Amino acid sequence: MLLSAGPSAVDAGDTAWLLAATALVLLMTPGLALFYGGMVRSKSVLNMFMMSFVSIALVTVVWLVAGYALAFGHDAGGLGLIGNLSHVGMHGIGPTAVTGHVPTLLFAAFQLSFAIITAALISGAVADRARFGAWVVFVLMWTLAVYVPVAHWVFGTGGWITAKLHALDFAGGTVVEVCSGASGLALAIVLGPRLGFRKDAMRPHNLPLVLLGAGLLWFGWFGFNAGSALGANGLAAAAFLNTQAAGCAGLLGWLVVEKRRDGHATTLGAASGSVAGLVAITPSCGSVDLLGAVVVGLAAGVLCSYAVSWKFRWGVDDSLDVVGVHLMGGIVGTLLIGLLATATMTGGPEGLFYGGGLGQLGRQAVAVAAVGTYAFAVTYGLGKGIDRLMGFRASEDEERTGLDLTVHAETAYDHGVLTHGTSHGLLHSGAAAASPFTAPAHDRSPQG
Amino acid sequence: MKLVTAVIKPYKLDDVKTALQEMGVQGLTVTEASGYGRQRGHTEVYRGAEYRVDLVPKARIEVLVEDAEADAVIDAVVAAARTGKIGDGKVWAVPVDTAVRVRTGERGPDAV
Repeated sequence: MLLSAGPSAVDAGDTAWLLAATALVLLMTPGLALFYGGMVRSKSVLNMFMMSFVSIALVTVVWLVAGYALAFGHDAGGLGLIGNLSHVGMHGIGPTAVTGHVPTLLFAAFQLSFAIITAALISGAVADRARFGAWVVFVLMWTLAVYVPVAHWVFGTGGWITAKLHALDFAGGTVVEVCSGASGLALAIVLGPRLGFRKDAMRPHNLPLVLLGAGLLWFGWFGFNAGSALGANGLAAAAFLNTQAAGCAGLLGWLVVEKRRDGHATTLGAASGSVAGLVAITPSCGSVDLLGAVVVGLAAGVLCSYAVSWKFRWGVDDSLDVVGVHLMGGIVGTLLIGLLATATMTGGPEGLFYGGGLGQLGRQAVAVAAVGTYAFAVTYGLGKGIDRLMGFRASEDEERTGLDLTVHAETAYDHGVLTHGTSHGLLHSGAAAASPFTAPAHDRSPQG
Repeated sequence: MKLVTAVIKPYKLDDVKTALQEMGVQGLTVTEASGYGRQRGHTEVYRGAEYRVDLVPKARIEVLVEDAEADAVIDAVVAAARTGKIGDGKVWAVPVDTAVRVRTGERGPDAV
C-alpha cells in the first residue's frame, strides 16, 4: 500500500474504485462467517457467525473513536511505532480532507474494513468454546493493542517496517495474515483444546456454507488486493490478476497434496487451498509478476495443506486452521517477495531470483518475525488477563450442549418434527413450552 | 404376533422395502440409526488426521407380523439386505403381547 506524500486533489476514478473496493472488503467478514460457520459442528454455528458479526460492530466503533487516529495519524516521536492522538474521534477529518488521491474518510473506511476482518479471523482458532462476553472484550482490546500498532508499522506514514526497514507488504500479509495467525495461535493456547480434540472427528457440519463463504472471500479479496493500489490504475489491474492466479494455484496445489496423501480431493481442501493462495498473494500482489503469483499460490497451497495437520501433533486446537492457513500462508507470501519481487512491479526493489540479492529476503524475514512475535506475545497476555478476570472459556456443560443454545438461546437448524417451531425443542423445553404429551395448539378446541 | 427388527446398510433399504411389499407386508417403520457390530467401525483419514469412527450409519426397519409370517419375513429381509461383505447388519424377532390400531381400536392380530 503506497501513500503518496504531499497535497493533491481527489481523483474521481480512484475514488470510485476505492469506494467499490471498500464495500468488497466489507463483504469478506460475512463471507468469513459462512466459511467458519460451515466448518464447526452444528451446535455452535450461530456462535461462530456472531463472533464475526459482532467484530464488525466492535472494530468499527473502536476504529472511529481512536483506532484510525493511532494507526494513521502522524507518527508520534518519529520512532515509527504508533500514530499520535490529533485525530482521535476522527477530529479534523471532514469531506474535503484528502489522502493520496482519495478522500481521507474513504481511506479510513478502506482501512477499517481490514481491521474488521483481521479481528474476525482470530475467532476460528477458538471455535466452539469461547465465552461470548470475553470475546467482545478481547476484540475491543486486541484492536487497539495489536492491530493498530502493527497497521501503523506497515501502512502508517512513517511506520518503521515500511519507512525504516523497507520491507514490502502490499495489502497486509503481515498486518492481516501473520497478525491474525499468530494471535489465533496464542488464543488457542490460552483457551486449550475443545473437549474431544484428537479423539472425535469434529467434521465440518455444512460444506456448502464453507464453499459459499470461500467464494465470497475470494470475491472480496479483489477489493482487498487491487484496492490496496489506492487507485484505478495498472498496479490495481496487476494486483487483481495476481490475486486470481494465486487463488487458483493454491486450490490446485492443496488438492494434489490431499489426493496423494489422503486419497480424496475434498471440497474443504478446495476452499482452504484457494484461501491459502489468496492469503499468500496478499503481501506480494504488488511486487511479483503473474508467473511469480502462480509460484506464490502453489507454494502456499502445498505448504498450508501440510501445516493444518501440525496442530494434532502439537496438541494446540487451532480449530479452523487460522495458524495453518493464515500464519503459514502469510509467512510464505511475505518471504517469497524476497525471492520473486520484480522491479517492473515494485519500481525498485528486486528479489533474489531477479538479481536483487538476499537483502530483501532478510528485510521480509525481520518484518514477519517482528509482527508475529508482537501479535503472539500481546495476544497471549490479553487472553490470559481476560481469562483471569472474567473467564474466557465456556463451561463444560455449555460446550457439550453447544454455544448456540446455551449462549445465544437459539439453534441454527430445526429439522425434527418434535422440535419444530421452538428454539429449544419440545423434548428439551422447560415448563413454559408445551410438553410432547400435550396436543399442539391448533388441535385444541377454542375453549381449550 | 412378533416384532421383526432389522438393522441394515442404509443403501439396501429400498431393496428390503420392495421385497416386503412383494410378499404382502402391510406396513413398516424405518428409522435412521447408527451402531457397530463385530467390525467395530473403521478408521477414516480427513484433512491429514486419522479418526476412529465407532458408529456406522445404519437403517433400522421394524415390522409387526403374525407369528406364522415371521420366518418368511426374516428370510426376505436377509435375502434382500445381504451383500456378503462385513457390516451387512442383523435381523431379530421378539414376541409382542398387544397391538392396537389407533384409528379403529382393533386389538391383537387384527391390528397387524
